Amino acid sequence: MAEPRRPIESGVPDPFPFMHPVLKRNYGQWSWHDRPRPGVLRHVADSGESVWTVKAGTQRQLDVFTVRTLCEIADAFAEGHVRFTTRSNIEFMVSSEQQVTPLVERLEAAGFPVGGTGNSVSMISHTQGWLHCDIPGTDASGVVKSLMDAMHHEFTHEEMPNRVKITTSCCQINCGGQGDIAINIQHTKPPVINHDLVAGVCERPAVVARCPVAAIRPAMVNGKPSLEVDEKKCVCCGACYPPCPPMQINDPVHSKLAIWVGGKHSSTRTKPTFHKLVAAGIPNNPPRWPEATEIVLKILGAYKDGGKPWERVGEWIERIGWPRFFEVTDLPFTKYHVDNWRGSRSSLNASAQLRF
Amino acid sequence: MAKDMPKTPMLDQLESGPWPSFVSGLKRLAEAENKPYAPMMKDLLGQLERSYETRKGYWKGGTIGVLGYGAGVIPRFSEIAGEFPASAEFHTLRIMPPAGMHYTTDILRQICDVWEKHGSGLIALHGQSGDIMLQGCKSENVQPCFDELNALGFDLGGAGAGVRTSISCIGAARCEHSCFDEAKALRLLVNAFLDEMHRPSLPYKFKFKFSGCANDCANATQRSDFAVLGTWRDDMQVDQDAVKQYVAEHGRKWMIDQVLTFCPTNALSLNDDDTLEVDNRSCVRCMHCINVMTKALKPGNERGVTVLIGGKRTLKIGDLMGTVAVPFLRLETVEDYEKLLGIAQRVMEFFVENALEHERTGEMIERIGLVNFLEGIGVELDPNMVNHPRTNSYVRTDGWDEEAAKWRARKAAPRPAAE
Repeated sequence: MAEPRRPIESGVPDPFPFMHPVLKRNYGQWSWHDRPRPGVLRHVADSGESVWTVKAGTQRQLDVFTVRTLCEIADAFAEGHVRFTTRSNIEFMVSSEQQVTPLVERLEAAGFPVGGTGNSVSMISHTQGWLHCDIPGTDASGVVKSLMDAMHHEFTHEEMPNRVKITTSCCQINCGGQGDIAINIQHTKPPVINHDLVAGVCERPAVVARCPVAAIRPAMVNGKPSLEVDEKKCVCCGACYPPCPPMQINDPVHSKLAIWVGGKHSSTRTKPTFHKLVAAGIPNNPPRWPEATEIVLKILGAYKDGGKPWERVGEWIERIGWPRFFEVTDLPFTKYHVDNWRGSRSSLNASAQLRF
Repeated sequence: MAKDMPKTPMLDQLESGPWPSFVSGLKRLAEAENKPYAPMMKDLLGQLERSYETRKGYWKGGTIGVLGYGAGVIPRFSEIAGEFPASAEFHTLRIMPPAGMHYTTDILRQICDVWEKHGSGLIALHGQSGDIMLQGCKSENVQPCFDELNALGFDLGGAGAGVRTSISCIGAARCEHSCFDEAKALRLLVNAFLDEMHRPSLPYKFKFKFSGCANDCANATQRSDFAVLGTWRDDMQVDQDAVKQYVAEHGRKWMIDQVLTFCPTNALSLNDDDTLEVDNRSCVRCMHCINVMTKALKPGNERGVTVLIGGKRTLKIGDLMGTVAVPFLRLETVEDYEKLLGIAQRVMEFFVENALEHERTGEMIERIGLVNFLEGIGVELDPNMVNHPRTNSYVRTDGWDEEAAKWRARKAAPRPAAE
């Protein structure tokens, strides 16, 4: 019998064999850039050489036919090289300005919106959802498609005060990360436990240890070893569900969407910030999630109207204050907005600085 | 006889509108009758439509892998395989992309060809950690699919309690803000920990991310345990003629409102002759003015990185940002890069020995305190590591004199060239 094939542990591939030749030639030697139009970047190297980049949105979950279409466009118009951004946009690099317009036209004709540069709304940071995740409370691809349809103009134009990075997460683990606006699942009821299965499926001490509020304890239920949840302590986070699938947290009615604003990873101007809860109790309503979309558009519109150039969403709110934010977005301010988790006192206003 | 397309009235509503539709893509795969994956994708569409109707997911995990590796394949078995048998097994192969996610059309086509032969034809470019996600592989096809991709030069990425696939910004390949060679650092660090990636045995996951400057386009600060961010230590570069040109074109009000007032430390001042005065000792390298005036301002020449440790998402104690563990490490020579690797190795060793099961690096630091962590990895304290000194008096300070003497001795020593 043939010897089984051992893997070649080659690790992360070297990017240079795949990199556009102008990028390769000027690696680490770039001088400045500008944006001739939304969706297009021009970078100029110390050598004087220029490269134009055309950025287009994709559906992230790509079928091979779409990948091949993008390859055909790259071969015909963009010298056979592409790269992807962290937000699943595709970038085509061309060495001549004359190639830009035909490339843009070809992409748009093929249904790929050109944009996502500068002070625009870029593609939503995208998780897996019902398509492939084992614990999802909602779908990511469908939420993202619905929102990007509604924000198409803001992707293809640079009309925002600063760039807007939106994220979605299909559970409260928040795989989508911090966002200027984040649309995340928020469970509202404790897990529903199938006690017949717990002993066979779950490593019970590990599940007990996983709970952030120590609400889970071992118990005998109907003569079988199982787990029980102190429902008064439970914060409905769903952390017990991945290690113990019989503790079902997803609920077709009570798993809601929540919207958070003002997250930022960059240290630019202000230090990085976490996003803050602004709306909850929003129905998880496929296939188009109209209620969530409406609130996102309302927040986006208020930011577009009121933000000063270069203010990110969180920086805009920091200037106008939370009372004004809830006023201009017409969202209710409730007891759920006031944090009671560790370190929460630092989120209270310990001053005589007020806004009216 | 070809299997019928499932009825998908809800998913069909996601085919309209201007953004590219993933549903149309799924249907193209399901309707490719000459391809082996068409039945699988018909059932996948059927199951997804069911999720849209019931608002529930139907995948469960399991154990699937390739020979020699303990991670990199995400097993997915359908809980409703009785109704949708062709997509009963729908595993994902996580494949690490070239650093910076550069591709030729040739290599993309080769990946597609392999994936059409062994899998569903559905590819996510890319997953949240930066993997090429080949979604939809039957158990029996996982090994041959990996073998062919491996022969093409690709390797599996991370999953579970191990080192994960990494990501960097485009950096030096096309950005003038880049303060180090992001792709080189990424490959050096991740490839040094392939054992921890392919045979995961850490307390929990460990992520590296790399951004060339404080703009942090790779989202490293919050999304990685080990964030490497480019910065510089000398003065930023100012082309005063270009500054004047900006003022002439946009006006002084623009200059004041859009550049100066956003400086977080008031380190900028506009001179009467429309040149720019920079207080470099107060500048925190935030990048705002450089972002706005790309033709006039640049990072300095003494470039390197800041390392932030402990970023993570919500589970278990809440989201954490990484915090400064190495304020500045010059990153130019081979020795400099080896120093970065040394720091990563010490952090990893400390994490392995001290973190509890399922505890991320940032949670471990929260539990034991930053000072214990820094001592463990052999890094000296620096005021850049705190927003401000402690504000509560509940601390025992009977070692004060020795600690103060250590600080004085460090200050008296000549500044090392590289750290």
